[in-house]
Amino acid sequence: MTVIDACGLSCPEPVVLLRKAMFTQEDVYQIRVDNPVSRENVTRYAQHQGYHVAVEAAGETYTLTLTK
Amino acid sequence: METEVKLTKLASCAGCGAKVGAGTLVRMLEGFRTHQDPRLLVGYDKSDDASVYVLDDQRALVQTTDFFPPIVDDPFLYGQIAAANAMSDVYAMGGEPKLALNILCVPEKMEAAAVQEILRGGYDKAYEAGVIITGGHTIHGAEPIYGLAVSGFVHPKKVLTNGGARPGDVLILSKPLGIGVLTTAAKAGMVEQPVLDRIYRQMAALNKAARDVMTGYEVHSCTDVTGFGLLGHSFEMAQGSGCTIHIQSAQVPFHPEAYLMAQMGFIPAGAYRNRGYAEAGVAVRGQVSRAVQDLFYDPQTSGGLLMAMPEDQGLECLKALQQAAPGAAMIGYVTQRGDSWICLE
Repeated sequence: MTVIDACGLSCPEPVVLLRKAMFTQEDVYQIRVDNPVSRENVTRYAQHQGYHVAVEAAGETYTLTLTK
Repeated sequence: METEVKLTKLASCAGCGAKVGAGTLVRMLEGFRTHQDPRLLVGYDKSDDASVYVLDDQRALVQTTDFFPPIVDDPFLYGQIAAANAMSDVYAMGGEPKLALNILCVPEKMEAAAVQEILRGGYDKAYEAGVIITGGHTIHGAEPIYGLAVSGFVHPKKVLTNGGARPGDVLILSKPLGIGVLTTAAKAGMVEQPVLDRIYRQMAALNKAARDVMTGYEVHSCTDVTGFGLLGHSFEMAQGSGCTIHIQSAQVPFHPEAYLMAQMGFIPAGAYRNRGYAEAGVAVRGQVSRAVQDLFYDPQTSGGLLMAMPEDQGLECLKALQQAAPGAAMIGYVTQRGDSWICLE
């Protein structure tokens, strides 16, 4: 599983990181973001690529687990 | 021109997407002392595009200012877009801009030639609009900022506020949506040059032509669709007019490439702010996809005019408008206040 840390980044960088990581077409990815806008945008991108998204929030940090 | 600096890299957020949320501003200004003056037709309390102050029975003064960080890398184009956007608020009141002052902030290390190009862009658009730039103020700062403070005139009886829409009116939008999404996607290198050229042309286009057509018809209300997005500005028009605004989603023009980019999550923070501000007033009836809704909340830089007028006038106005603004479309209608301020259909 590829884990991406996109904390401290704002739109569109977290989506760009995820997009690059997804070139390898793995079944599971995990990405951490630290703002609701990135959480939403990453969710949209993952769903558009056919992944199911589960979000875990811990304070300001969101961990998104993306599964095929 | 070719320049060493990538202007958009110097900006933390782009264009009208940098605008502070509408709700935040209203709360900040609560309780401040201000003078009452019967000549002030439109002031801050109306959440309108510009202030309007009556001078005599033929003329009212229209004042507004607008500025933002770079939305494009080409400094000349950035200047053009910022100036077109600043003057738009005067057109949205039905007025004609006449005088302007530059508002400019540049990093100390920015090349003088690039700074000059920003200003040249502003002067170019001001000239096209028939506006004289009479001065301004320039400071050093971390991020570039450019815009204008604009003064213009309107006949006091022909002021178009965002609070005049009436039941039975139709709504016309003069420019397609999707600018915020596409400029965000462009930062990620996701947008082809021909599409960029198209949206750059659109952002640099003055709303003068649309205003000149519109004033030949019985327009009840007008605003320009900028930082708060279509739904944020429609929300203000609905509340100001005490009516419900119905948006016929399938009729709303947007750049087709923006739809895919919204689906892929290239959505600017401003679109989420706008959703947070207006969503409570919006009822969705039927199938309106999330990506389409995102485009309706998307902040527009130098967006089009949103006009309300009686249906028979609207049909003729639209025909005339499509010569001046080919992207114009009829996007909805106005009814008496129903369960929600805005109905997305």
